[in-house]
Amino acid sequence: MSTSKMAAGCERVDSGHSMDKSITLPPDEIFRNLENAKRFAIDIGGSLTKLAYYSTVQHKVAKVRSFDHTAKETEGDPLYEISMQEEMSARLHFIKFENAYIETCLDFIKDHLVNTDTKVIKATGGGAHKFKDLIEKKLKLRVDKEDEMTCLIKGCNFVLRNITHEAFVYVKHADSEFRFQNTHPDIFPYLLINIGSGVSIFKVESEDTFERVGGSSIGGGTFWGLGALLTKTKRFDELLQLASKGQHTNVDMLVKDIYGGSYGSLGLTGDLIASSFGKSATPDKEFSKEDMAKSLLHMISNDIGQLACLYARLHNLTRVYFGGFFIRGHPVTMHTITYSINFFTKGEVQALFLRHEGYLGTIGAFLKGAEEDNPNQYSWGENYAGSSGLMSTSPDLNPMQRARSGTFDMLEMDRLERQLVNLPLLQDPSSYIPDTVDLSEDALAREYWLYCFEEALDGVVKRAVASQPDLPEAAERAEKFRHKYQHKLQTLRHQPFAYGSLTVRSLLDTREHCLNEFNFPDPYSKIKQGENDMALKYFQKAVKSLGELSWEQRQFALVRGLLAGNVFDWGAKAVSDVLESDPEFGFEHAKLQLEERPWLVDAYDQWLERLKGPPHKCALFFVDNSGIDIILGVFPFVRELICRGTEVVLASNSSPALNDVTNSELQILTERIAAMDLVIQSAVKEDRLTLVQSGSSSPCLDLSRLDKVLAGVVRERHVDLVIIEGMGRAIHTNYYAILSCESLKMAVIKNSWLADRLGGKLFSVVFKYEVPPGHKTTTLDHVPVTPS
Amino acid sequence: MAAVALVQGASRGLGLEFCRNILINKAPGALIATCRNPDNAAELMSLVAQHPGKMTVLKLDVNREDDIQRAAEHVKKVFGKVDLIINSSAMLHPSGKGETSLKDVSAQGIISTLTTNTVGPLVMAKYFAPLLQKGSGAFGQQPPEKAKQHSGIIVNITAKVGSIGDNAFPWFGMDIGGTLVKLVYFEPKDITAEEEQEEVENLKSIRRYLTSNTAYGKTGVRDVHLELKNLTMCGRTGNLHFIRFPTQAMHRFIQMGSDKNFSSLHTTLCATGGGAYKFENDFRTMADLELLKLDELDCLIHGLLYVDSVSFNGHPQCYYLENPSDTQNSVKTPCSLADPFPMLLVNIGSGVSILAVYSKDDYKRVTGTSLGGGTFLGLCCLLTGCETFEEALDMASRGDSSNVDKLVKDIYGGDYERFSLQGSAVASSFGHMMSKEKRDSISKEDLARAMLVTITNNIGSIARMCAVNEKIERVVFVGNFLRINTVSTKLLAYAMDFWSKGQLKALFLEHEGYFGAVGALLELLKSSEEP
Repeated sequence: MSTSKMAAGCERVDSGHSMDKSITLPPDEIFRNLENAKRFAIDIGGSLTKLAYYSTVQHKVAKVRSFDHTAKETEGDPLYEISMQEEMSARLHFIKFENAYIETCLDFIKDHLVNTDTKVIKATGGGAHKFKDLIEKKLKLRVDKEDEMTCLIKGCNFVLRNITHEAFVYVKHADSEFRFQNTHPDIFPYLLINIGSGVSIFKVESEDTFERVGGSSIGGGTFWGLGALLTKTKRFDELLQLASKGQHTNVDMLVKDIYGGSYGSLGLTGDLIASSFGKSATPDKEFSKEDMAKSLLHMISNDIGQLACLYARLHNLTRVYFGGFFIRGHPVTMHTITYSINFFTKGEVQALFLRHEGYLGTIGAFLKGAEEDNPNQYSWGENYAGSSGLMSTSPDLNPMQRARSGTFDMLEMDRLERQLVNLPLLQDPSSYIPDTVDLSEDALAREYWLYCFEEALDGVVKRAVASQPDLPEAAERAEKFRHKYQHKLQTLRHQPFAYGSLTVRSLLDTREHCLNEFNFPDPYSKIKQGENDMALKYFQKAVKSLGELSWEQRQFALVRGLLAGNVFDWGAKAVSDVLESDPEFGFEHAKLQLEERPWLVDAYDQWLERLKGPPHKCALFFVDNSGIDIILGVFPFVRELICRGTEVVLASNSSPALNDVTNSELQILTERIAAMDLVIQSAVKEDRLTLVQSGSSSPCLDLSRLDKVLAGVVRERHVDLVIIEGMGRAIHTNYYAILSCESLKMAVIKNSWLADRLGGKLFSVVFKYEVPPGHKTTTLDHVPVTPS
Repeated sequence: MAAVALVQGASRGLGLEFCRNILINKAPGALIATCRNPDNAAELMSLVAQHPGKMTVLKLDVNREDDIQRAAEHVKKVFGKVDLIINSSAMLHPSGKGETSLKDVSAQGIISTLTTNTVGPLVMAKYFAPLLQKGSGAFGQQPPEKAKQHSGIIVNITAKVGSIGDNAFPWFGMDIGGTLVKLVYFEPKDITAEEEQEEVENLKSIRRYLTSNTAYGKTGVRDVHLELKNLTMCGRTGNLHFIRFPTQAMHRFIQMGSDKNFSSLHTTLCATGGGAYKFENDFRTMADLELLKLDELDCLIHGLLYVDSVSFNGHPQCYYLENPSDTQNSVKTPCSLADPFPMLLVNIGSGVSILAVYSKDDYKRVTGTSLGGGTFLGLCCLLTGCETFEEALDMASRGDSSNVDKLVKDIYGGDYERFSLQGSAVASSFGHMMSKEKRDSISKEDLARAMLVTITNNIGSIARMCAVNEKIERVVFVGNFLRINTVSTKLLAYAMDFWSKGQLKALFLEHEGYFGAVGALLELLKSSEEP
């Protein structure tokens, strides 16, 4: 399969006019899930075709179901039942390929399209009319044309809303050329500058309100047309290549050519271009192709940048996105446009580019055709397993790329079961960045974590196979998973920017996506089950011994218990070895491993002081691992909060990730604990203890993408304390997150490299208690309340 | 007879050194040194002691006419002539430092400064002139022709704070741009017979050369149609001439200035534009001329307002195009710029500067673009092989840009109604040139036309956005790009009108590119009016 893909890549066809039917497509790797495909859309540009369709994916999910406990329990019976079920979920497929492959692709689609409901294909782009007959003949679908610009904007709204790190700032000489922007929840208003053959400038104010506020005839077509005349070079990319090698100062008249230096009183430096091509008005001098191409590129980029600034100022907008074939990932044009914007706005406006810029038209056309499915009502997520990611853009820098761009590029997006929104308690949602370290900018950390994930791969494969003992082909699938994830890691090593900023979170999420891709929805299901089972047996004893302590001793024991519980993390390298060999590794033992106070980050005294004050109204607790962590660490802590009169909302993952407790597991566990403990029982009954889904299926936590229901609960209950537990949620992410209420961030550092970085050692403790600035704490104003 | 020299103000400094120098190098028959108070001039007196019989010291206060008269009588009586007089007494201010604030000004101080620096040397000249005329020309270099030889020399060394300009001709203002040098020359027509007689030869020859020709060398041109006749400037009446030549010829021009010994008339030349900086050193070393460098935007605005304020030989200076939406039939219509502020001033030279002007001295540069006249000409030269602006414009006037540009209708088959774009609007400049077939069959004229349209429309678009952002409705286009360029004028008028739905009006001025040079000339006259 992969060899035919390579072959297709090497046989570059010069233009879109001739069809190459000889290529063999790697069908299941590109046009995936065609069986149930519907709602086709196509965007045919000057050289590339982009196809979109909606499909459903059948995949396995792990379900837990409580046994009927009315009967007398027998020793050794598992706590709950795990079953694998098939589920359908919605997925959007977007594929980009050269126009030369259109016919072959259409044939392939026709052969594999089973669904017959589909009658029309939405089409947009300049080439749509040229291929209309071909499409109608091949697919037997009616071609329904959609306005290009409307599609573009719809597509832009969609990617901005659903893809984190969609937009980036381009910095030519930086360590990482791409500075990704965190997607802000409120994407409007913005300016979209589409540089095709001409330039169109749109002001977008809402999903359906946008206006073409201006434009210019000097655009990509001018660069191409004039460039071809001046240099006798035909192809657009070749012109860009020429430009990247040229010296514009040989052709342009600079300020210093006129002034002999700078024009100080106006702040115009000597190197500024005073007159583009101003030196070429002489019959007796030859100019090199490279120099002329460079000069032309500067002239056009500067002109567009200037116009963009004038419109941004007129409409008072600071978010300015650039797209169109002139930009399309070309570092040369991104650089010159960025330079121009910086120059004309003195840095006030940043030029923003989009990772999926090439797909906007087809996404928009697809959305037009899928309006009855209400795709905009859902949240969607980029599937890292099925998407190609951003390619390195310079053919010079990475020859591997060149072959790649000649083949196929894919974007797959999963419909998420829940609509995702911001945690309402974020101090400033627009500046919130979940991840603590950006690995795309931190080469040392990147090196370490990529190595770490590679090292851990064997174990993950082993566990995946073990999780499905009844399925003989599991081993084969697990190898496919290994291959896929290894390939992803390889890609990320060379292109850390492929899916936005590279972070520990994105590495973990990519692994989850790959596992799901090969039907390993929950490799830890059995382990979690066993651990939960074991921990439950100790619950009552743990609660009892806590009850015997004095109030102050108890508060400390609760925190220590929570931290010790967190040591039990199968995902962490240092522990997993020990745990695997000795499942009886005890809770007490873990406590001994903990660092003695003062901890690496130690706000325990402040927390204790706070506890002497009035109880919190409601605590939102983002929980971490199954087993000892949740049952012997979190529940006793929660129980104490409830006793203080604080309501508690436990937020857990919607779908499995590592050994993290999922919402459905937690429901069963809570039921069982309630059966043993009156405090929990009445709290559940009286709604003082509530379980919610986080909407996430990651070991990390993005507080800007949480279940809408959770956000509703947070508002209704007036949550005034947020507790975040574990390395993934409180260290790798959210370590610097600022909330508008009190927060506790607790974790044990179970990775010696990270501990080292933070200035601690293995099993160092982070206990962060934060009160937002200006927040009135009641501690000092009140007589301490001694809880019962 | 042996040489006789007189140094006035010889007690110290330059005067003392001149004495020393003359005694050593010239071994004159006699040296007369004067100073205000010989009793206090110890150094001078010791010099007298070292050169017995060679030197006489006289008491002379340059502020006292009777002192001067007495000294002249003494010299006449003893020597009968004088060959060299050096007036070297000068002062900055009686306090020893110049006043920097009005509160430091005193009438007595100013009078005393002027007397020492200005009146003194003049009175010296008055009494010593007859003696100088009797001189034997013992100092200075003598030309071989007897008629041109001098009898005596008077050297005035004084402080500039005492100078009173006399608006010495010739009057020039110069604007040295990236492509063109613009020169304005005021030709006095009210020269009296006396003046005529006193007018030095090379001044006359410059006047004759400039006014009797309309072309200078291969590339210099006088725009005769722009000449402002019977203009009164600084009390003088004359004609203002407008001359241009390529900046490339600058060195030849400086050489000419040197050959014609221009520095004997003026040592300072008022110049603006970037070239004033770039060529400053060349002027100094090649022609012994100092440039008074003036800001080009100041000059532009001052020049523009001035030219607009004077009569253009009875014609209007400012015009607009009536009926701009119909470029075939738009009509040049005169109008007044009587109340010009605020205005957006778009100066299209090699590059483009856009200024928001609120009053004569209150303006800001809003932005600029490098896509200007230089771009049009530069790209036309590359694309068509033409060599001059005139040639390029001529080709453009015969071309059709729709063969080069992709129009909205070429893409959408007609209007793009969704965004109310007319089918005839240009969607992509040079967009058709992406196709090889079209490139192979295109004419030079079409390319030139497309280039002109592209550059012009772009300037129009930026100017319009600036006008909207700055909330200014009057847009004035100037600069040499508009010279003989009716295509651009019409397009700009159309663009302003169309895109603003009639809100903005494009105004043009007959003297397009010369305002900077006029501004420089005004500065020359101003600097001599105000000491």
